[in-house]
Amino acid sequence: MSEPGAWRRLYPLSPIVRGGRGTIGIVILLVPTLLRGGISAGDLVPLAVIALITLLGFVSWFVTRWTIDGDDLRIETGVLRRRSLRFPLSQVQAIDILRPGLGRLLGAAELRLRMGGSSGGAARLSYVAAGEVEALRTQLLALARGAPPDQATPAVVTADEHVLTTVPTARLIASILISDVGFYAEAVLAALIVTALLAPAVASAVISGGGLVWLLGVITVTWRRFNLEYRLTVADAPDGLRLSGGLVSLTSETIRPGRVQAVRMVEPLLWRPFGWCRLQVDLAGGRQPADGDGTAQRRQLRVVLPVGRRPLVEQVLDRIVPDRPQRQSPPPRRVRFKSPLRYRMLAWGGTDTCVVTTSGRVRRVTCWVPLEKVQSWRRVQGPVQRRLNLATVHVDTAGRAVRAALRDRDAGEADQALARYVELARAARRTRG
Amino acid sequence: MDLHWRTPSARLLVLRRVEVAGLTAVAAIAAVVFGWIYFSALLGVGVGAVAVIAGLAAERVVGRRFASWGYAEREDDLLVRRGVLFSRLSVVPYGRMQFVDVTAGPLERSFRLATVKMHTAAAASDARIPGLERDEAARLRDRLAELGEAQAAGI
Repeated sequence: MSEPGAWRRLYPLSPIVRGGRGTIGIVILLVPTLLRGGISAGDLVPLAVIALITLLGFVSWFVTRWTIDGDDLRIETGVLRRRSLRFPLSQVQAIDILRPGLGRLLGAAELRLRMGGSSGGAARLSYVAAGEVEALRTQLLALARGAPPDQATPAVVTADEHVLTTVPTARLIASILISDVGFYAEAVLAALIVTALLAPAVASAVISGGGLVWLLGVITVTWRRFNLEYRLTVADAPDGLRLSGGLVSLTSETIRPGRVQAVRMVEPLLWRPFGWCRLQVDLAGGRQPADGDGTAQRRQLRVVLPVGRRPLVEQVLDRIVPDRPQRQSPPPRRVRFKSPLRYRMLAWGGTDTCVVTTSGRVRRVTCWVPLEKVQSWRRVQGPVQRRLNLATVHVDTAGRAVRAALRDRDAGEADQALARYVELARAARRTRG
Repeated sequence: MDLHWRTPSARLLVLRRVEVAGLTAVAAIAAVVFGWIYFSALLGVGVGAVAVIAGLAAERVVGRRFASWGYAEREDDLLVRRGVLFSRLSVVPYGRMQFVDVTAGPLERSFRLATVKMHTAAAASDARIPGLERDEAARLRDRLAELGEAQAAGI
């Protein structure tokens, strides 16, 4: 590790890793030339293109440099349009390590700093050497927590982690097979196999006529979920919850409890006999920038526990929302007439710092919202609700992923809850927000 | 705690009535003309009369909807109520406000009215107040911005 303030370059093989599938394509393109052992006139054009791309990649690597300057991470890049980026480390919410498949082969890893604030962007160092990445991450995290720059060496901060769980692969596969995503894939595959057995001609016609795209689509979605959640390990680190895992590309991310906007637990119908549920968190950073390859970037909800039982969920929740309601109260009985499917699921509870709501028709969705993160409150009463003297209080959280609502409560109870929790949320914002 | 509920300008009601009346007139005239040309005069006039009756009914709804609008500035948050069939009450803390929009469409402008909208980080937040007098809209915008800055809380 060099001293603070010195400019450094990224990992030399970065352009190759960044090329991703393109690189693999180029290698395949080169194979016939290499096999023939000589260069013929027909190879000149592809070779020139490859040389140009390589040169451009090298130039982009050459002009990009970064440094830690006091409390800031600075990145300078660009040839014609020079850009100088400055990321204040005090606003860093989490630092993730991403290792795509090609990066693992070549010893490169990407460091992604998730920034807070309304912009909600991310600083990316793609790529640094895999050997240094852990140390660098620890150093940056120490700086983000306000350690003086000269003390923030990796030796000072030792991350002592306490592993809570690793998701067993067999259970993950089983859970995906009976999830919504899995069902689509199975249905498409089964339909295709049946058609192929009964009428091979029809099957081949379907495949050649657009059916293939469908098939690839469902397989990709299923595969992506498996790839992301494979052997996901949840660990309890001093700075938050540490998640790491993945099959081909490895990710490692830290979730700081104070940055969680909302927590969501989903229990699909078919998972309930096994007592399984899925835990996701919504992190700060309102609008996510839509950058090309950021699959991990775009999903707003992050899976903390792909599949697990209640005791484990409680353990993880203890870390993210420690002061949460233990009991939820069901709605009045007359709600049966208004929401017959939802009636059995509906419930809510609250403490002085947190609200929990449960809803759902087929799958049960439970949301925990820390009061200091609530953006606004809405009391809505529709015509049927008015007749039954019911009302719904919506708890609006940042983004649009989590929908928490005290659904179908007695109108008087809804008014009381609204008055009480608006007041509590104000107090929570003052002290913690 | 007693609240001082303010309402949009009375000109908003006039604006809404003009909108409904205009729409009704267009629908009725179109019905009469098309009925006359392609079928019979009687049918055309009949359909036109139905359109006029529907317009009159809409005028009543417009009146009730106008009366349902209201907003109140409390110490820490803004309350906005609206809706007849679905009655809604929004509570938006000033500290959560990201920015305030003041817009005025061509019709609104001709009535010297404007719409104020508060935005938070949540997509579901709904705090829109239409039909404010221009001065009141400017006053509200400045006051909200000022309070928002004073109480701003991190996300």
